[in-house]
Amino acid sequence: MNISLLGTSAILFEAPGLMDIRHQRRIWSMARRFSSWPDVSEAVPGMTNLMLAFKQPPADIEGLICALREAWEQEAELEIAGRQIELPVTYGGDGGPHLVDVVAHTGLSIDEIVHLHAAPLYTVYALGSHPGYCYLGGMDPRIATPRRKVPVVRLPGGSVSIGGAQTGVSASAGPSGWSTIGHTEMIFFDSSKTQPASFSPGDMIRFRIDKVIK
Amino acid sequence: MIEILATGALSTVQDLGRTGSLRFGVGTSGAMDDLALAIGNILLGNEPNAAAIEVPILPFKIRFLEATDFALTGADCGARLDTQEIPPWWCLHADKGQILTLGVPKSDARAYLTLAGGLDVAEVLGSRSTQMRGNFGGFEGRPLKKNDILRTIARAPGLTPHSAISASGFGVRPPAFGLPLRAASQNGTTTTAVRVLPAGEYESYTEGALEHFWHACWKVTPQSDRYGYRLEGPVLEAKTVIEKRSHGIVPGVIQVPQSGQPIIQLRDAQPSGGYPKIGTVIEADIWRLGQTRIGESIRFLKVSYEEAVAALEEKQRYLMQLRQAVQLQRKANS
Repeated sequence: MNISLLGTSAILFEAPGLMDIRHQRRIWSMARRFSSWPDVSEAVPGMTNLMLAFKQPPADIEGLICALREAWEQEAELEIAGRQIELPVTYGGDGGPHLVDVVAHTGLSIDEIVHLHAAPLYTVYALGSHPGYCYLGGMDPRIATPRRKVPVVRLPGGSVSIGGAQTGVSASAGPSGWSTIGHTEMIFFDSSKTQPASFSPGDMIRFRIDKVIK
Repeated sequence: MIEILATGALSTVQDLGRTGSLRFGVGTSGAMDDLALAIGNILLGNEPNAAAIEVPILPFKIRFLEATDFALTGADCGARLDTQEIPPWWCLHADKGQILTLGVPKSDARAYLTLAGGLDVAEVLGSRSTQMRGNFGGFEGRPLKKNDILRTIARAPGLTPHSAISASGFGVRPPAFGLPLRAASQNGTTTTAVRVLPAGEYESYTEGALEHFWHACWKVTPQSDRYGYRLEGPVLEAKTVIEKRSHGIVPGVIQVPQSGQPIIQLRDAQPSGGYPKIGTVIEADIWRLGQTRIGESIRFLKVSYEEAVAALEEKQRYLMQLRQAVQLQRKANS
């Protein structure tokens, strides 16, 4: 495991081992425990890691580091009974301009890639990047595609994309270094709500093949 | 109430930032120079977190649609109220119809216009700062444009006097005097020093890379804005290629992509990332970056956690003393 400081604003705990659901459930459990820790303003899960943002820098930083280390060893898995949501996706075409790049990298056909991408029930591991964005776990490694050498300046919200071994859906328009293979219509974020994000860690997403444009 | 008569593309409403929504993917936003914002609010007797206008590109011109006290802090930009020159770090009373013009700054990068009571825009997820990626917060979730009209929050009658500012106004010394941090200037270029605490992947860099990191003057490239500053200097070589799992980050984190050229993540940065982190500019010094211009240089000074905490306490003490001094001044004027 690795524990490091982010200046005096936060501390980062990174779990050892695989990036899998069992480790992620322990991260969720730690997030719950440390969100009410003194001096902690927010516990922010990442992909098998946890950032604790500070209200003010803790005087006893060593004490917090020890507590994080011990918590990981003892922590039980937190099972979250998340919702299951189906997102219809149009693969390829204008909404999936980099599907051809995934074909080129993997050597698979468009149909194979689409079916491998739409097969799993993905779990929302964490939110990050931009308002409402979900990091998903469970993608088939056969369609993993490295991040783009030159990021795309502006991709629309709803872009379904692959970055390395991860996949996700952009919640609003913005730059991205991932390869976009499709598009879905979904509102991911409403800033007027106290729970502004449509999805939470533990929710599950299935991509349904609505259309494949070749 | 004010009307925007002229503005560059990136003037935004900012307070001290949005905390507590990182886990929804919402970055902090907030003033790039939080010290200048805080001092503007102190000069006017506002709430410490009242929202103001951050002006990074000048000229900038507004009309006062009603009489109000206002403060100008941050960059010295040769401001004028109609024809009256206004010194930097100053507060003044404006009458209805008067026009405030901010010119090209002689030094520094951003000016802050604070109004008595603070700007009246809706709080979204606990902050009035503009969230650029999410298009919410601030004024309609976007930068200001010509003809925009902004209101101020009315103060409870009797709570504060109509104006606690004398005819010529009053001001404070720039915080660089009260919180000095000097870096040796090299080749006559302006160099901003900031203190840095090593971060997660610090040990993964070669000895030569770490030597460069602490000793080079890092040039701020034109690809630098509220999202982050891309720096140019010697290539920082890691011992091995580092691939990180996505994790939370904060403003001030210095990431090093494979190019070996560091990027300092700033107020509009996304709240998560995966590039290796060599260090973090400490919270107490981020305001110094907010006033560093493109083309200028940055030097990194290594500190311990304890020193970083002490620096933050020193900054808070400085603001507290300033608040007390200004309160006496305002009392004398009212």
